[in-house]
Amino acid sequence: MNLAIRDIRYHRGRFILTSVGLGLLLGVVISMGGIYRGLIADALAILNANKADIWVVQQGTNGPFAESSRIPEESRYRIATVPGVAAVSALAFQTIQIERMGKPFRFFLIGYAPGSFGGPPSIIAGRGISQKHYEMVVARSMSIGLGEKLRLGQNEYSVVGISDNIVSSGGDPAAYVTLADAQEIQFKKSNHAIRNERAKITANVAGNNSLSQQQAELLTQNIIASTESTHTVNSVMVRLAPGADLKETQERIQQWNYLRAISDEEQTAILAKGMIEKARMQLGLFRVILLIISGVIISLIIYTSTLDKIRVIATLKLIGAQNRVIIGMILQQSLLMGILAYGIGYVVILLTYEKFPRRIVLETFDLQSLFVIVMAICMISSFVGIRKALKVEPAEALGG
Amino acid sequence: MYAIEVDNLTKIYGKGETAVTALQDATFKVKPGELVAILGPSGSGKTTLLTCIGLINEPTYGRVVIDGTIVADGGWHSSIDLKRMRREKLGFIFQAHNLIPFLTAQENVMVALEINGLTRNDAKRRSIELLNALNLGHRINNFPSALSGGESQRVAIARALANRPRVILADEPTAALDTENGKNVMDLLKKLAVENNSAIMVVTHDHRMVENFDRILEVSDGRIVGEQSIVDIN
Repeated sequence: MNLAIRDIRYHRGRFILTSVGLGLLLGVVISMGGIYRGLIADALAILNANKADIWVVQQGTNGPFAESSRIPEESRYRIATVPGVAAVSALAFQTIQIERMGKPFRFFLIGYAPGSFGGPPSIIAGRGISQKHYEMVVARSMSIGLGEKLRLGQNEYSVVGISDNIVSSGGDPAAYVTLADAQEIQFKKSNHAIRNERAKITANVAGNNSLSQQQAELLTQNIIASTESTHTVNSVMVRLAPGADLKETQERIQQWNYLRAISDEEQTAILAKGMIEKARMQLGLFRVILLIISGVIISLIIYTSTLDKIRVIATLKLIGAQNRVIIGMILQQSLLMGILAYGIGYVVILLTYEKFPRRIVLETFDLQSLFVIVMAICMISSFVGIRKALKVEPAEALGG
Repeated sequence: MYAIEVDNLTKIYGKGETAVTALQDATFKVKPGELVAILGPSGSGKTTLLTCIGLINEPTYGRVVIDGTIVADGGWHSSIDLKRMRREKLGFIFQAHNLIPFLTAQENVMVALEINGLTRNDAKRRSIELLNALNLGHRINNFPSALSGGESQRVAIARALANRPRVILADEPTAALDTENGKNVMDLLKKLAVENNSAIMVVTHDHRMVENFDRILEVSDGRIVGEQSIVDIN
């Protein structure tokens, strides 16, 4: 006869209520693991979608995701000539926050050259970008319909396609425009600033009496063209030709002193270990604290439940019950509580994780590990109750 | 062979100046099928006597033999497995019946049988047999909270009898019952003592019940001060 099950059956209301409370706590622990995995998945989403072998960024930076990086757009033509390089694609990124329907609306804007790689990984509705300007593809999670228009910078952009969910390392959904549009949005100055700057350059050059009028005009035009140029990108992605040596190609690209060539593996390390390390530690600490709290709660519940059963335990001892019968009753109750609570926590998170503002990724290994940890906690927690039970004297069954 | 043999049984609680002698030099024998009362006022040592015979309280001095097995001889006998002895040879009945609240009447009887190694089916069969014999066949699936005081005590008796013990020890089994239910319980114990050939020792201070016993041991200040058979009383 399983005494643990019989006791639970009799006190099922209390047992279920306690397990639900504990289950919600374990649900938070599961979700924190999921948030951590989600952080990694988000951080690597763009990296994984583009399948580049090398990310070329501004020298001395860990760009383009962990740090700001700006390199001349024409670098892509030079990089394309490096032996071992099969294809290149320049990208410009920017996090944008606009107001939409009276609320802040934040997303990650990626500019890429249509026809090259680096664009949306898959289009689930509409089409990809086919015009040179003012078209965009948005992630499904942005909840923008086809044909809707968004004002970005000085122009309006029509949504022509919906892509699968892809997010920035910060978790913001991604939208795509052409590289030229992204450069204009990111680098083009306002008309007022351009007018001011032009007046300032003209005045400065005019103040130089050593130049002829023709020289001064030419110099002014060049300076203005240079300062108003938007031909800057944040990164150039490189795909290697089959058999090309990664290290060698990196070194060749870095011969241009203003460039740094980061391999995909290095970029993954920068994002996974660098950017989300603190978040990982924070979440890990919370998980440990919550697991300790769960352990304390289970201990208290089992201990209290053992105190409630002192007379029962004494009676069992008096009629000759072996210690294993009593230990089994307490241990099984503790484990059953852990199993039920874990199940409740798992189901709650399974039903709600898609509604979380950040991505939750539930991995089988994490879930299995947590289950083993919860079982271990239940076993350890039940020791307090078992210790108390083993100290109960059969004589305590006597008396009124 | 006697079911119980007690010789110079002494129990002292504490040591040195704080030592209290709860029982001193108790000596008696109980035959199988005999129903014996331990009578005496509160604090006289009758429960201590019962717990020493019941292998709950270790005697300080003296000898206790249960069904031919020496269980104590100046402390527990070295080769004795107390739990096993309690399981196989002894049955207990308490004042507050001590049924396990989360088990049904039948399960309360079954638990004693399964602890003693019976299979689930055998335990089920035997428990139904016992509860039917005690007119509780209609209450087998009821929890103790749904049983009356008399019914609960009969379930406790069924549990005590489950393993056909040689000795049944009862601590104030009628104290929580009204006169009629108390008398019914005593009649039942008397019947069972004869039927099962078990020695039954009952601690009581209820003088109304004395006529039910074969013999009465009177305890006062830790000593057996009198021994009467029912013939003497009548």
